[in-house]
Amino acid sequence: MAKDLAKALGDLQEDEAIAITQEKLDANEDAMAILAEAGKGMDTVGIRFSKGEYFIPDLVYSGEILKRINEMVKPKLTAGTSQKKEGKVIIATVAGDIHDIGKDILVFMLDVAGFEVFDMGVDVPIQQIVDKVKETGATVLGLSGFLTLAYDAMKETIEALKAAGLRDKLKIMIGGGQITSDIVKYTGADAYGKTAIEGVDLAKKWLRK
Amino acid sequence: MAKEWNDMTPAEKRANLCDRWLNPPGAKFESPQAEKDYKGRVQRLLDAFNKKKPDRIPCFPMQGFFAAYYCGYTPYDVMYDYSKADEAFTRMVVETSPDAHSSILGAPPGPVYDLLDYKLYSWPGHGVPKNVSYQAREGEYMKASEYDSLIADPTNFFLTTWLPRIMGKAEAFSSLTPFTNMTEMYGSFTAASFVPFGVPPVQEALKTFMKAGEEALKWIGFVAGYGAKMTAKGFPGFFGGGCKAPFDTVGDTLRGTKGMMFDMFRCPDKLVRACEQFVPIMIKMGVDGARQNGCPVVFLPLHKGADGFMNDQQFRKYYWPTLLAVMEGLIKEGCIPFPWAEGGYDSRLDVIKDSPDEIFWGFDKIDFHNAKKLVGNKHAIGGAIPISVLNVGTKDDVIAEVKKEIDIFGKDGGYIMMTSATMEETPADNVKTMINTCKQYGVYK
Repeated sequence: MAKDLAKALGDLQEDEAIAITQEKLDANEDAMAILAEAGKGMDTVGIRFSKGEYFIPDLVYSGEILKRINEMVKPKLTAGTSQKKEGKVIIATVAGDIHDIGKDILVFMLDVAGFEVFDMGVDVPIQQIVDKVKETGATVLGLSGFLTLAYDAMKETIEALKAAGLRDKLKIMIGGGQITSDIVKYTGADAYGKTAIEGVDLAKKWLRK
Repeated sequence: MAKEWNDMTPAEKRANLCDRWLNPPGAKFESPQAEKDYKGRVQRLLDAFNKKKPDRIPCFPMQGFFAAYYCGYTPYDVMYDYSKADEAFTRMVVETSPDAHSSILGAPPGPVYDLLDYKLYSWPGHGVPKNVSYQAREGEYMKASEYDSLIADPTNFFLTTWLPRIMGKAEAFSSLTPFTNMTEMYGSFTAASFVPFGVPPVQEALKTFMKAGEEALKWIGFVAGYGAKMTAKGFPGFFGGGCKAPFDTVGDTLRGTKGMMFDMFRCPDKLVRACEQFVPIMIKMGVDGARQNGCPVVFLPLHKGADGFMNDQQFRKYYWPTLLAVMEGLIKEGCIPFPWAEGGYDSRLDVIKDSPDEIFWGFDKIDFHNAKKLVGNKHAIGGAIPISVLNVGTKDDVIAEVKKEIDIFGKDGGYIMMTSATMEETPADNVKTMINTCKQYGVYK
């Protein structure tokens, strides 16, 4: 009887999850089916996080286990089998700020939730963000920043998007250690997420109509 | 004859440090008024630490590079020109008139880090723009497989493994043998330990360290001069020393946030053991600073135990025991531990409320009423004017916030008003409004 990969991943049993994946690969199970099962495990992680049973280390650790599973399954995937259908989201840490922990967690959670994520990295110049919005046609943008200097960088980025005529089509969320609703107003963003899950929920709300 | 430090009781040590803070040996005040101001400020702070009602609530906004921005300088300017740091931090304190200063240590000496090819941080003009603060570059500077070496001998691990990774100019130190080998005259013990010092790469590294030392000496002259000048003008320094929670030391400095999180699942026992190993090291770091500077307050910026960063059981298992042990050790040495809980801490109040009452708890994001009820009935509290309000709020917003927090935290004393995070490009008028409102509205009748 096949062991439960979704449960092992959902319960953060790394060794077990890896062993089950190996068994499935040895038994020539369909690569996409294995990933779908892993996806169910990640749903469990997300639900437990929302309920306050799991915390950031659990999210990050589940990501690490998933990464290992993906690497094992990858050679068996045929081209074009991966698909992101939930919409495009651009994520960047704003100019002058090089913090990435929160941003990386959000990128990972959006990816798991099925969004096509463009992770622009840290200390991203305003013009590059404007260009990326034009280039991808993404309608959701997430701006991250840990320092208070990010307030102005976020504000200036959003003003530049306005000047480029892109603001109306965009929903913009901001996030970071010192972000509050006052800062949403100050920067001209649409909303902020206190956690990565709140960020994912915003993207879902905006993109899944 | 005065008692030796090691013969003093904790109470005597504390009295010694408090007395040196209140009556700094060799201080030359500018005027009798400056002396009165100085002593009044220290007494106000001590009363708050002792959970008494001072004449009024002391106000000490936490600052990063605020002084630089205040004077039209960039963080780069004050990190590379120590006289500018001295000028800016002096002007800011004199013109805003808080109840203490935080030295110019917040502007680290750029040239020292340039010389060392330092990699643990990016700083103005060196990885981040000149007009922004320095920022940590997290990484796995210690591998998970290296816990045993760290635990066996932290100092040797720092010297021969960690420094070579975080300072380009210290790479050659990886060839040094442990200094604890030098136990006997046998050639293979002591003489062999000197062999690495004979090879050119190690000699080059040592020369660089000497240059960095000369630069640091130049810089510390400004730091000391600034401290003496501020005392003369009537402003005490707030901080005696600083150290960190052992979990943060391992997480911030060695393993990185991600590595640390994996370790909680993959090698929990080693992680706990490593944290324990840092307890006496952190106590010594804090106490040395307090004794040197003649001020009992030891700052512990808390990072990875914030709400959400781990669950309650993990906090109680990994973060809290060794942080508590450090703070207890500091108290035995007469110090006032000042843990500054960065981020949210609501979920930790139930744990920290039972900590020794000598601790002064600083908060960032917190349910004010709960914090006052659970922690403030036993401990002095610092915080928590939101930096977001100071940075983007109006004058009225600031006044309302200050009054609100005084009404909650200030009741019955034991409160020092602070900002929730360090001030950088914060509007000067809002900072002055915060301080002045605290002075007017925070008077105990």
